[in-house]
Amino acid sequence: MVDFVGWAMPINYGSQIDEHHSVRSGAGMFDVSHMTVVDIRGSEARPFLSRLLANDVARLKTRGKALYSCMLNEAGGVIDDLITYFMDENWFRMVVNAATRDKGLAWLEWQADRFSVAITEHHELAMIAVQGPEARGAVHSLLPADAVDDLLEIKPFTAIEHGNLFIARTGYTGEDGYEILLPDGEAGPFWNALLDAGVKPCGLGARDTLRLEAGMNLYGQDMDEDVTPLESGLAWTVAMKDDRQFIGRPALERQQAAGLRNKLVGLVLEGRGVLRPLQPVMTAAGPGLTTSGTFSPTLQRAIAFARVPVGAQDRCTVDIRGKELPARIVQPPFVRNGKTCDGIL
Amino acid sequence: MSDIPSDLLYRESHEWVRQDEDGTVTIGISDHAQAQLGDMVFVELPEPGMSYEQGDACAVVESVKAASDIYAPLTGEVIEANSALEDSPELVNTDPYGDGWLFRMQLANAAELDGLLTPEAYAEQAES
Repeated sequence: MVDFVGWAMPINYGSQIDEHHSVRSGAGMFDVSHMTVVDIRGSEARPFLSRLLANDVARLKTRGKALYSCMLNEAGGVIDDLITYFMDENWFRMVVNAATRDKGLAWLEWQADRFSVAITEHHELAMIAVQGPEARGAVHSLLPADAVDDLLEIKPFTAIEHGNLFIARTGYTGEDGYEILLPDGEAGPFWNALLDAGVKPCGLGARDTLRLEAGMNLYGQDMDEDVTPLESGLAWTVAMKDDRQFIGRPALERQQAAGLRNKLVGLVLEGRGVLRPLQPVMTAAGPGLTTSGTFSPTLQRAIAFARVPVGAQDRCTVDIRGKELPARIVQPPFVRNGKTCDGIL
Repeated sequence: MSDIPSDLLYRESHEWVRQDEDGTVTIGISDHAQAQLGDMVFVELPEPGMSYEQGDACAVVESVKAASDIYAPLTGEVIEANSALEDSPELVNTDPYGDGWLFRMQLANAAELDGLLTPEAYAEQAES
């Protein structure tokens, strides 16, 4: 067990690699109750989020629909990345990172001051992520027929409510599955029922290797307040086509006008070894640095994200304990739905 | 409870030492250490011919979690490294005292053996 911002969490229950494979080929579950659930209620909930988020909540039109977005400061730096669910015009639900909870909530409260909204954090909710090709079936086996009918209907990045359960078809692994919010008193029995249904418990270690393979950023490693989403592989989450004035937009426009210096890319190590965060990278366009790195159990190769000059392409070297080892520059994701993506190997 | 064979000597940093009949020693990491480190994915071993002082970092084992230095438990010259670990680093997990051995050394000073931990002393340390 390790301490993660006050939460005692297991890195692994047994073999971290077995846990990883179980999510790629079967079903695994993660206790992610450390994630912070925040409800935004009020008549100005939508205008508030339209101002607060770099992605555009105008994309949220139907109940349960989810949107991934960064929350930026005035300089365009990333305060947090989060998922926002549309419930109704007076109610949006956010799931934000535990590590950034305090500053994120403080920012929300500060920015909400000018809007008619109420912000409520839900300490009483636990969260279990069930992920993998067999994950949805395992969850369905525990639920009544009407809930299953609803779940069979929903598309990825959508949530339904059933009694005390809030079930979203989202995740952080690159596999199909659910993230389930439920009252903390019910989480233990629900976890045990999933265990009986054949779902394998997985720790933070597998969560990290899975999300890295899936090309998903980790806040605090791959982006933070000192970088913008544009240099963090997250330009796709920034909605700038119309003239919506969200916080950080002027800074992003200035950065675009001046020309981006850096970008976030994927690396695949050519030979043996393991990539780790903060290893120096050398490209033909200049130096860079890995932000996340690991051994990919699916690829059986070391992979990483690295922030490198925008002109970098094809090949680079990574300094591992003083040795310059060759790596290829690729476009993440590395793995999706159990399969290696094109151009990775 | 981890396995601590009674016929080996140990170092605080979790290496084990087996005295072989030809006067050389075989070195690996303990069951306790491999369990703490988790699934091994890469092992960087010393080149035969290299000499190390007791306590020098001379190898690296990398699990999915982290990279860890391995220290020469004794002063001497490396005479063989376990090349099977190149393709199968997981042997360190599955058979830490057998096929998962790391390297062999010719000792420069056999008296250093007396300073290593007995199985009982190591068990006490590993449990604390």
